[in-house]
Amino acid sequence: MQVTPEILAEVALTEDEYRLIVERLGREPNAVELGMFGAMWSEHCGYKNSRPLLKRLPTSGPRVVQGPGENAGAVEIGDGLVAVLKIESHNHPSAVEPFQGAATGVGGIVRDIFTMGARPVAILDSLRFGPLEESRNRYLFHGVVGGIGWYGNCLGIPTVAGDIFFDPGYSANPLVNAMCVGVARRDALVRARASGPGNLVLLVGADTGRDGIHGATFASVEDPEKSHRGVVQVGNPFLEKLLLEACLEALESGCVVAMQDLGAAGLTSSTAETAARGGVGVEIDVAKVPRREAGMTPYEVMLSESQERMLVIVEPSKLEVVEAIFRRWELHVAVIGRVTDDGMLRVLDDGRPVAEVPVQLLTEAPTYVRDGREDPELAALRNRDLATLPDLARSPDEGIGAREALLALLRSPNVASRRPVYRTYDHTILTNTVLAPGEGDAAVIRIKGTRLGLAVKTDCNPRYCLLDPYLGAQHAVAEAARNVSCVGAEPVAITDCLNFGNPERPEVYYQLSRAIEGMAVACEALEIPIVSGNASLYNETGGRAIPPTPTIGIVGLLNDVRKRVGLAFAGQGVVYLVGPAEATLGASEYLARFHGLTAGVPPSLDLELEQRVQRAVREGIARGIVLAAHDCSEGGLAVALAESCIAGEIGGRFEIEALVEANGGRIDRALFGEAGSRVLVQVAPESESTLVALLRSYRLPYLRLGETAGDALIIGDLLRVSLRELVAAWTSGLS
Amino acid sequence: MRFGVITFPGSNGDHDALMAVEMGLGQPVELVWHTETDLSRFDCLIIPGGFSYGDYLRAGAIARFAPVMESVRAFAEAGGPVLGICNGFQILTEAGLLPGALLRNASLSFECAWVFVRVENDRTPWTQALAPGTILRLPIAHGEGRYYADTATLEQLERDRRVVFRYVDADGRVTPEANPNGSLNNIAGVCNERGNVVGLMPHPERAYDRLVGGDDGLRVLSAVLRAGVEVASTPRGLGSGHTQR
Repeated sequence: MQVTPEILAEVALTEDEYRLIVERLGREPNAVELGMFGAMWSEHCGYKNSRPLLKRLPTSGPRVVQGPGENAGAVEIGDGLVAVLKIESHNHPSAVEPFQGAATGVGGIVRDIFTMGARPVAILDSLRFGPLEESRNRYLFHGVVGGIGWYGNCLGIPTVAGDIFFDPGYSANPLVNAMCVGVARRDALVRARASGPGNLVLLVGADTGRDGIHGATFASVEDPEKSHRGVVQVGNPFLEKLLLEACLEALESGCVVAMQDLGAAGLTSSTAETAARGGVGVEIDVAKVPRREAGMTPYEVMLSESQERMLVIVEPSKLEVVEAIFRRWELHVAVIGRVTDDGMLRVLDDGRPVAEVPVQLLTEAPTYVRDGREDPELAALRNRDLATLPDLARSPDEGIGAREALLALLRSPNVASRRPVYRTYDHTILTNTVLAPGEGDAAVIRIKGTRLGLAVKTDCNPRYCLLDPYLGAQHAVAEAARNVSCVGAEPVAITDCLNFGNPERPEVYYQLSRAIEGMAVACEALEIPIVSGNASLYNETGGRAIPPTPTIGIVGLLNDVRKRVGLAFAGQGVVYLVGPAEATLGASEYLARFHGLTAGVPPSLDLELEQRVQRAVREGIARGIVLAAHDCSEGGLAVALAESCIAGEIGGRFEIEALVEANGGRIDRALFGEAGSRVLVQVAPESESTLVALLRSYRLPYLRLGETAGDALIIGDLLRVSLRELVAAWTSGLS
Repeated sequence: MRFGVITFPGSNGDHDALMAVEMGLGQPVELVWHTETDLSRFDCLIIPGGFSYGDYLRAGAIARFAPVMESVRAFAEAGGPVLGICNGFQILTEAGLLPGALLRNASLSFECAWVFVRVENDRTPWTQALAPGTILRLPIAHGEGRYYADTATLEQLERDRRVVFRYVDADGRVTPEANPNGSLNNIAGVCNERGNVVGLMPHPERAYDRLVGGDDGLRVLSAVLRAGVEVASTPRGLGSGHTQR
């Protein structure tokens, strides 16, 4: 075969990488083998750029049962159970075909969970789009939300939480990160490790078609618009539901050695990865793979990314039992090969060899450590002096006041009610949803037959990360943890999705490496292990990268799910701000909305203080002192107060002069400035002294803000807004 | 009282129905795969929600041809209590066991929320313990729940008082705002002529525990337990007091 630069470009390999393959293989690869290398050595499968950096992340802890390297991570939660979690991107397909791109993203992540032997109990989605004023972005937004709902609803797994952020930086490159959480008995957890030479390799589920060929490679190149539509797969949630039930039943039967879903790079990666983990070889015959269409070449069969397929390894004596289970669920089963002991991935076509490559060579893509350098333009934005900006007016006749600012922020798509999205997601199915979307800072689901509850959430503020990736990534971890703490849960595990631009550019590599360092430091300080994750690089168009977006998916544990609290003010009570008084306009939603600026230094973050704030809030909730808790994030204190008033259908009268003073006399900073480690808590009047004693015992800064009552939000003489007006503004932002 | 929950490929509310009967009512219950045809061991049947056969073609359109459906029909004709929930309601209308059809929601989008329904008819085995006018808070989760029937059928249904549940506001008023999907006459559930077959879009089987939002659904599911007494004395059927004629 004559290998030209065009051929290498098609499989996204560099000339150096090609030479490495020839050298290690001791010969030139044939076309099938080259395609397999292209897929396996793509960033998506091979983590060429991220792997050396990922070593920095803390992945162990007393609860960790399975860290990174498997289909999903797992942590112990008591009662002999584990929570299984994973997040994954489907950014590139969603940019081309938002509905199917997002739907198959959900399908893929759910398969990762049940492959481990866990029953999926919750789906989350973390989404990023350009501003909705542009029709293309609206199309992407509606398509993505529609696809997630369609797939999850049909599967019967509740979609309970997530986060959505709009920023011009995502206009050409939307982000679709889907997360799934499952529950399994610890002793029933399954690993995707092929073992036992002579064992059979089965392919079950959907037939294999020409869809999605080179999807993994596609996800590792810039500008999805340029690539063609055929690389986007089409989902069939109905089939996945059958696959889910059949696989769990097969695993339960004890007759399955290993199971691996077919995701990116299809048969190639699933056979190679399963063999690599088990230190064995695999031989398959593509002629035995059930096809959707005639005339498919071995190359196409090996690289197809047709959805809803699963690779299952069984002992020959158990074949009949396993086949019967899949047949009962009306699924195709084909024996396509066997496990070998020679460490080779051998592909036959009706007995004739078409590829033969050492498994290790395929799964150990070369890695790159690059030099990073901050983009001076971003540094200049960060260093911009915000003190010269005019403050809000104290009275309406002197200019825009706090009241107008609050209503405008509530209407901001980054702050407004998410109900138009989550009402299209089935979030009550499985009858586990204790705190539904909109009710708390994280969703809470119970585990039937136990007192346990899981709190789940995703987070990442891309403005913070753009202006300071190190600090921004710390905030992403801290905010995610704070959100689960605010419902009373202890954060126990994180799964991360690293969404960045082209790492071959020093400016992007800088962001990637700094963000990973920030995540690592924050996870260490808050003692939360990262047990699984995914990297999606090359999210850029025309040399313009997305804002760095290290999305954090988190799971928290409630030992007694009945003790969770929501964010809604529960009737009359006293409200305290726990955490620092000082806030900043730097990187804030207010600054973007009112001054059209993404600039300034993001809020500082004291991780030790953060830990104490979260512990105190959790203790207050566990002891039954705290009636409601809400994290102050985008939009600052005033927006957080408004949200808790809206949810509780009650107003309140609050004083913040002490905050104005602490913020250099500025109203805008006091009301809408942002800061880390801040939580609003509401207690009953008779619990006030107990709360204060608790906060003092944790040596925390706090401020008594006022009391809930009536039907208007009143903040000193700065603003007075009726609940009706708050609701009208807040519910209009996304509808 | 023995409950059977009919399960098709793609059903996904089967487990919730199982849990509601087991955890909420403490009654024996089992899942019945769509290929089964002997339903003689059951006292009542639930056809649960989901996306049977992927809802491809049209919601419920393929499930009506499943082998189990002939037995469901015989069970219903013998007067056995049958409750179709969400996709189960769609299947029952497709199978002709209930009148009307469920169209795409007026919003053209899936709707998941808690809504209020008013009990309109206490002469079915699934509502007989509930005085007409009783307001229940139940979850909905569907994309195709807009009840439709032609004018003559609709008039007949209203005249015969075969509307079993109607969407209302918290105070029990029938308003357009309380109608989550554009159903004609705010209809959330109907019954057959005899009253033993009831279909509704809201999910009583998801509302059996206050921890997860409410337990009003148990009032619907437990009503049939009283009917059970009569089932026992009138084999495979309901007392005449429960028929519409």
